[in-house]
Amino acid sequence: MEALASTVLALPRPHDRFAMRKQHTHLSDEALVALVARGDEPALAELYDRVGRVAFGLAFRVLRDERHAEDAVQEAFLAVWRTAASFRPERAKASTWILTLVHRRAVDLVRREERRRAEPLADDAGVSDEAEGTEEAAWLRFERERVQFALKQLPDNQREAIELAYYGGFSQSELAERLGVPLGTIKSRMFAGLARLRELLDDSAQEGSWKPEFTS
Amino acid sequence: MEAGIHELTAGYALDALDSDERRAFEAHLPGCERCQEELTSFWETTAALAVAASGPEPSTGLRDRILADVRAEPPQVVVPFESHRRRAVPVLSAAAAIAAVVAIGVGLWASSLSSDLDDARAALERERVAAEVLVDPAARTVSLQAGEGRLVVDRDGQAVLVLDAIDPAPAGKTYEIWIAPGGDVGQANRAGLFPGREGTEVEALDGVVRAGDVVAVTVEAAGGVDAPTTPPIVASESI
Repeated sequence: MEALASTVLALPRPHDRFAMRKQHTHLSDEALVALVARGDEPALAELYDRVGRVAFGLAFRVLRDERHAEDAVQEAFLAVWRTAASFRPERAKASTWILTLVHRRAVDLVRREERRRAEPLADDAGVSDEAEGTEEAAWLRFERERVQFALKQLPDNQREAIELAYYGGFSQSELAERLGVPLGTIKSRMFAGLARLRELLDDSAQEGSWKPEFTS
Repeated sequence: MEAGIHELTAGYALDALDSDERRAFEAHLPGCERCQEELTSFWETTAALAVAASGPEPSTGLRDRILADVRAEPPQVVVPFESHRRRAVPVLSAAAAIAAVVAIGVGLWASSLSSDLDDARAALERERVAAEVLVDPAARTVSLQAGEGRLVVDRDGQAVLVLDAIDPAPAGKTYEIWIAPGGDVGQANRAGLFPGREGTEVEALDGVVRAGDVVAVTVEAAGGVDAPTTPPIVASESI
């Protein structure tokens, strides 16, 4: 056993091990989640570097407060760490899964804190996430325009239901009360609207999305 | 009622269900393939809504706080690394057979980048397969007796090699993975090629492994060979 161990220890290292170890930039998001499930901390850091900015933008849109938005993102990434083993790549892309966790935290927080803003639909025109001309910033701008264009094509009452729910954090029963329509109507609008939005986004994606691989 | 439950898929994907309906839907979901598929595609739609939400940049402190959180967590519930080391003497001798040749010739490595890169899409597909094995809670971890990293094996014998530090193969060369039945290099079966790259390598093996096998990696001429011609630079413990 000792002889074996010393043989192995004698292996030369091609590079300084600290410089070489744990460089995850070439791995897919899904592979990173798999590594996180095995307790790999640098893999979580890499996932944050890829998804964190969008995650924070989402949480901020719902919560309208930087500190609360950071809390939501922080809780969500802790959930990623704790539950990565339950992630199923055949069910969702890893980035989708993470954003789902972030959104759930943000909505729970906004409901708990009763922090509902007067105008949840307003996009923060003054807040720019495109200050620098990076490829990611360009892609985000492209995606935002694509999604907003698709939203504009929905019937007004469907768009309203989706935006108030997703960006405003309102539940279906809260929306029914706020808009003065039966709960069943809200459910139908939400389903029809989301199904239509999916169709519109599929169409526009085929027309020429150029999303760069995050795994470059 | 049944149609009603299906319609909740949209509200669930938007996180807009009230808590009682959320619970009802989550109870319904595991048994309903239709809702699972619908939810999978609705999640892609809500992810687009997420990407479209604009906001300021997070503070740099957020990343640090997240990583500090993680360090404060108790260790992950994963298959204990040490518990799968086999102690049986025959296994050790089989492993030693490979280890004996490991030390030879490894110093010749050049760190030049390989000029022939593999097809990125095929690599991605292999990664996806690898991810499925790595997330399988029933998969077990086998340590390496040579090389840095680990081998992860699921119940079906599908195996994934994770190497923490390995150089790109020299020009005109490739890494070739072998499954050596009973640790016998002479009978090793081909299990895949990879070019090596800067950083962690995750490779799903072609073929399945069985108890007593050893997984090894050698450097071979580009395109691979049918039997190893060089000493292994990576070798697992006996599975």
